Amino acid sequence: MLRAAAAAENLAIAVLGQAGAVLPAFGADGQLSGQEVFSQQLVTGLSNGMIIALIAIGYTMVYGIIELINFAHGDLCMLGAFLALTIVGALGMAEWSGVGGVGGVVLLLFSAAVFCGGLNWSIDRLAYRPLRKASKLSLLVSAIGASFILVNLGLFWGGLPMDVFAGGGSSAAPKDFPALVSNRDVLTLGDVRWTLNDLLVLAVTVPLMVALTVLVKFTKLGKAMRAVAQNPTAAQLMGIDVDRVIGSTFFIGGALGGFATVVYSLYNNTISFQMGYRMGMDAFIAAVLGGIGNLPGAVLGGLLIGVVRSMSDQYVEARWTNAVVFGILILILVFRPSGLLGAKLREKV
Amino acid sequence: MAAPRRRNLLLPGIALAAAVALPFVDSRLPQEWQLSQPVVDVFVYAILGLALNVLTGFTGLLNLGVAAFAALGVYAFAISTCDIYPFQLGFWGGLCAALLTGAVAGLALGAPTLRVRGDYLAIVTLGFGEIVKDVLVNLEPITKGTQGINPLPKPSLFGQDLGATGQYLLILGILLAVVVACRSLERSRIGHAWISIREDELASRAMGIQPDRTKMRAFATCAALAALAGALMASRLSSSGEPNNYDFQLSILALCIVIVGGMGSIRGVLLGALVMVGFNSILLEKLTRAIGTPDAPMPDALAHAQGLEKVGVFLRSWAQNVLVNPTNWKFLLFGLALVLMMIFRPQGFLPPVGEHEDPPKDADGAKGKGAAA
Repeated sequence: MLRAAAAAENLAIAVLGQAGAVLPAFGADGQLSGQEVFSQQLVTGLSNGMIIALIAIGYTMVYGIIELINFAHGDLCMLGAFLALTIVGALGMAEWSGVGGVGGVVLLLFSAAVFCGGLNWSIDRLAYRPLRKASKLSLLVSAIGASFILVNLGLFWGGLPMDVFAGGGSSAAPKDFPALVSNRDVLTLGDVRWTLNDLLVLAVTVPLMVALTVLVKFTKLGKAMRAVAQNPTAAQLMGIDVDRVIGSTFFIGGALGGFATVVYSLYNNTISFQMGYRMGMDAFIAAVLGGIGNLPGAVLGGLLIGVVRSMSDQYVEARWTNAVVFGILILILVFRPSGLLGAKLREKV
Repeated sequence: MAAPRRRNLLLPGIALAAAVALPFVDSRLPQEWQLSQPVVDVFVYAILGLALNVLTGFTGLLNLGVAAFAALGVYAFAISTCDIYPFQLGFWGGLCAALLTGAVAGLALGAPTLRVRGDYLAIVTLGFGEIVKDVLVNLEPITKGTQGINPLPKPSLFGQDLGATGQYLLILGILLAVVVACRSLERSRIGHAWISIREDELASRAMGIQPDRTKMRAFATCAALAALAGALMASRLSSSGEPNNYDFQLSILALCIVIVGGMGSIRGVLLGALVMVGFNSILLEKLTRAIGTPDAPMPDALAHAQGLEKVGVFLRSWAQNVLVNPTNWKFLLFGLALVLMMIFRPQGFLPPVGEHEDPPKDADGAKGKGAAA
């Protein structure tokens, strides 16, 4: 990761610049409804892409530091969404409005972030740390196991006898997530309409990405993380507590996933105990596409996957979208395993 | 060498005798105690586990998409036997079609992935599994989408209908044939080449083994056997089922079977199939049937209860609706099996023995297994 941290600071600006500059251009000469459809899909794709990117950062940070595809990451985010829905139900948040509503969303964001961060830290402690010296495949298998455990916890959770979970009648059924943030248009650039939800996505994801960049680049912890990513043994010899740094990485990655999952739920308004698999796969593919271990790469990959998804939904057919995305993954892994921005890695013998 | 060898044959002999005797004892038991149908599932999943074992256990290439090979076997069997298609090859013809389709699919996936390693390979196979599943769902004109293709021929011999016991013995026989085939492969030149690739690809290349060709053979063998398992599943159901039955969860079940038993160990895979499928489709299902389904989704009591009592009612209602249902624990079972095995016994319960003797107590599961050289 962090190998390319130097480029990281530009990422948010590049992302925003792209979104801001490209969209009106499409909208301006967009007399045809076809072009409107295209640009509207682009906005949806970019919004979902920003969410995917935030989750992808969690994958890429963990891969950068211990070379583990943290399979459980998507399901961790799923549990974050369930926590958020539980809080919404317990506090009756669907009724809140005005300042209370904004405060409610902030509360959801931070509680999900702390929960997912803490849970990710605990998973590392219980399922991965005992395997630090084992082979990479053992670690991957353990992560798959952790993912299944989390899916099962989600299944249990969805059966809580609360109104927001439809009374717990069917624990496996998808749950409606109340639209706390309205879908009304608040901003029109050219022909492209931005809803409050689209702006929420930007308002949450961009500052987090900037903060993460600052953390990795300028703080002591960030320096330690980069050191451990480069060479754990040497880092330890320099007096860095490697396990603590790895634990912090898991916490931070999980917390970003927690923010992302709340935004995802507010944006898409439905959650299910199985959504972690798809969310996780999208984010993982994004991380690989951008070059796994590379933070700006994860953001670029997330945006691309978000856009590809919404374009494929529109112009191919929604039922082929998964196959298209997985096809991209396979092509990238086979022909350019280092991804778009990743450095070419030599296989260690 | 003689003494341990005889002991090695004793247990499998007893197990085989028990397996053969089961349907005869079983038919005298009351209906709810009968086990022979779920045990056929164990046999079929054991074949799937043995298939995965060739690629992941012997050759050390983690495959997370073995369900896709099984699905291709299912559809090859269904299309070549069902009477709505022109082929109608019958049960054995269908099995051959499945084996062939599997082998071709294995080569097709193997060829481009030769350059991908380790966990990236695992992800490519996972992606392959997802794509195959989606394609099967979406190609409705051919696969009938989620409706599935039926009816399909039941297991038969020389055109004779075998009845339940005969089918049981036939599938047991096919499993035995697969075990013998895997055992011979393991001891052959090819098998040694697979194991040497797993242990050290560079060194085995230096010893004159061609890694690409060796891996391709492992892919083809794994895929063909998995397709065979798929064909047997379809034949038993008399339907292809829907493509979503052959998803990531099935791949993970197969992986659990191999890991719980012991990667690279044929006896281990058989034990793993018994443990995992035994839990999954025997114990959990019998428990579910014994407990029954809860009646009321959410008792009104919750609305009337006060204070602490409310918490009690809340938890009791949750337990009644969700926790008591044993099938709701399935993922937890798979997950715990994987994590605990990796931490406490990465070599599995019955790790490979004999020529590939384990070095004593090595913390590193994957590397500690078998010194082939």
